[in-house]
Amino acid sequence: MGNYILKRVLLMVPTLLGVALLIFFMLRVVPGDIIELKLRGDGGTASAAIVEQERERLGLNKPLPVQFGLWIKGLATLDLGVSLWTNRPVVEEIGIRIGLTLQVAVMAAVIAAVIAIPLGTLSALYRDTWIDYLLRIFTIAGLAVPSFWLAMMIILLLLSMFAWAPPVTYTPFIQDPVANLSQLIWPALAVGYRYAAVVARLVRSSIIEVMREDYIRTARAKGLFEKTVVVRHAMGNALLPAITVFALEFAFLIGGLVVTEQVFNLNGIGRLFVDAVAHNDYTLIQAIVMLIAVMFIVVNLLVDVLYSVLDPRILYR
Amino acid sequence: MSSAPSPPASAPRARDGATARLARTGRLFFRTQPLGAAGFVMIAIMLVASVFAEWVAPYDPVAIDFGAMLAAPSGTHWLGTDQFGRDILTRVIHGARTALSIGFFSSFIGCTAGAVIGIASAFFGGRIDLLIQRVIDVLLSFPIIVLAVVVVAVLGSRSVAGVDLNLVFAIALPILPKAARVIRSAALSVREMLYVDAARACGYSSTRIMFVHIAPNVIAPYLIILTAYIAQAILLEASLSFLGLGVTEPTPAWGLMLSGSSSDFYREAPWMIIFPGLAISLSVFAFNLFGDSLRDWLDPKFKT
Repeated sequence: MGNYILKRVLLMVPTLLGVALLIFFMLRVVPGDIIELKLRGDGGTASAAIVEQERERLGLNKPLPVQFGLWIKGLATLDLGVSLWTNRPVVEEIGIRIGLTLQVAVMAAVIAAVIAIPLGTLSALYRDTWIDYLLRIFTIAGLAVPSFWLAMMIILLLLSMFAWAPPVTYTPFIQDPVANLSQLIWPALAVGYRYAAVVARLVRSSIIEVMREDYIRTARAKGLFEKTVVVRHAMGNALLPAITVFALEFAFLIGGLVVTEQVFNLNGIGRLFVDAVAHNDYTLIQAIVMLIAVMFIVVNLLVDVLYSVLDPRILYR
Repeated sequence: MSSAPSPPASAPRARDGATARLARTGRLFFRTQPLGAAGFVMIAIMLVASVFAEWVAPYDPVAIDFGAMLAAPSGTHWLGTDQFGRDILTRVIHGARTALSIGFFSSFIGCTAGAVIGIASAFFGGRIDLLIQRVIDVLLSFPIIVLAVVVVAVLGSRSVAGVDLNLVFAIALPILPKAARVIRSAALSVREMLYVDAARACGYSSTRIMFVHIAPNVIAPYLIILTAYIAQAILLEASLSFLGLGVTEPTPAWGLMLSGSSSDFYREAPWMIIFPGLAISLSVFAFNLFGDSLRDWLDPKFKT
């Protein structure tokens, strides 16, 4: 087991290096130079000398492989450089926003789990009845409704019913938990619906599969209540594959938040990413993309490890 | 239809034309997959509306009419108008053209390129497979929207015949690795078939074996993912346009109709927000419905 984890961690390195290479060189073919944009955009008239000086200061005049090497070295020591646009350290720019994004993501995950597991199970147990059809329509719709539009509809509803508009400022949880939760529950719902739908569909098919197993027949044959059969024997085994999807979707949640944060005026990682793209802020873009890729790969690893803990039949070498 | 004597199993079928065969297949699909048929009908309606948008839509999608700014839905403007007095219904109908064309082309390019890579990866195996799979791993470590946003930012926009090619490419790229994975696993089992050995024994080239012997046998999963990813591509295009990185004004596109200033009009003109979003949801819903049924029908064991 220890060996297996070590092997997987080592295998992460080439993938991450690949991600780093791809993102670094892809950004360097961007038409439009950030220094030009910064100093000469909006009719600014900086002389060529000043532009050159600024390039030098930010290390943009070095050859690309050298820049890449420096960046990788920085990544290894968690020194991600300064934002080319705001001049503040990238770690700081991300640090002040990541809490917000993670909180919304965790809330969405909780909402998804709470909705998906009972709905998926019900749908499977009442397969091909009107309950199943209703629940399936609900989940298929969850895959179809764009989360940013759902977010707008939520705002529209709150606005017309309670005259509530998304606040311009964000209240941290420690400062005022109630205000914080009442502000963030809506974006969490908006991205959580799709999340719940994806997981519920998987729970359904997984339960249907498990209910055909011999041990379910055995459990029934020895006279257990149907409730015990479902909760203890079926759900325990059926939820295992659901965990994979649940975790992978969590890693991708930031993707959904990229758009939804705009709708709710939330100053999180998604918003930062879109702004960084708009400003050609390479250091910031590549840092955020690396962060997301690392999260995804680590979550993947954790799921595999968790699997072997939960299901002793799975052995890793 | 039902009064026609059912033909004996094989003989007359062989003589049937392709059209008759297609019609029979279609009838069977409609009978056995009612939900998929419903999805198909919705897609067909959208397709007709988008092809004949100029004739179907009541107004000009870009005509500005300051006399009818922010008009509520009524007899003259069924779905209301936006802040420039442009008819929402007209723009939703024209938006279908944008969504369907970008959705189809992105999914087609992504799935086809992915299929070619997946087949090659499975066919050659060994080191080539390993290398290709590592590259795919890298591409799969990005949420699709993040990858698409970066590509759009890098490439800018380049329109050919009204379709933004770079946008299509940006949407196709995140689809490619997913398609490659699915097709690879399908091709892996096809590779073990005797007819592939036979083709090899005949001395056919690798290219010929891949395209003539393997490719036709992974067509079912290919069609399934092609449909599924049209839905994804439509969603992604809407998200990118909403962020201001996709389709640009004045082209009517659903995501774009929701972006920017439309959120200033929550109170005054909610119809500006409701209808384009409904259009996105319904079209994605239709493709998902159709895709799901197609999967059940073509390949009940297949899982995405």
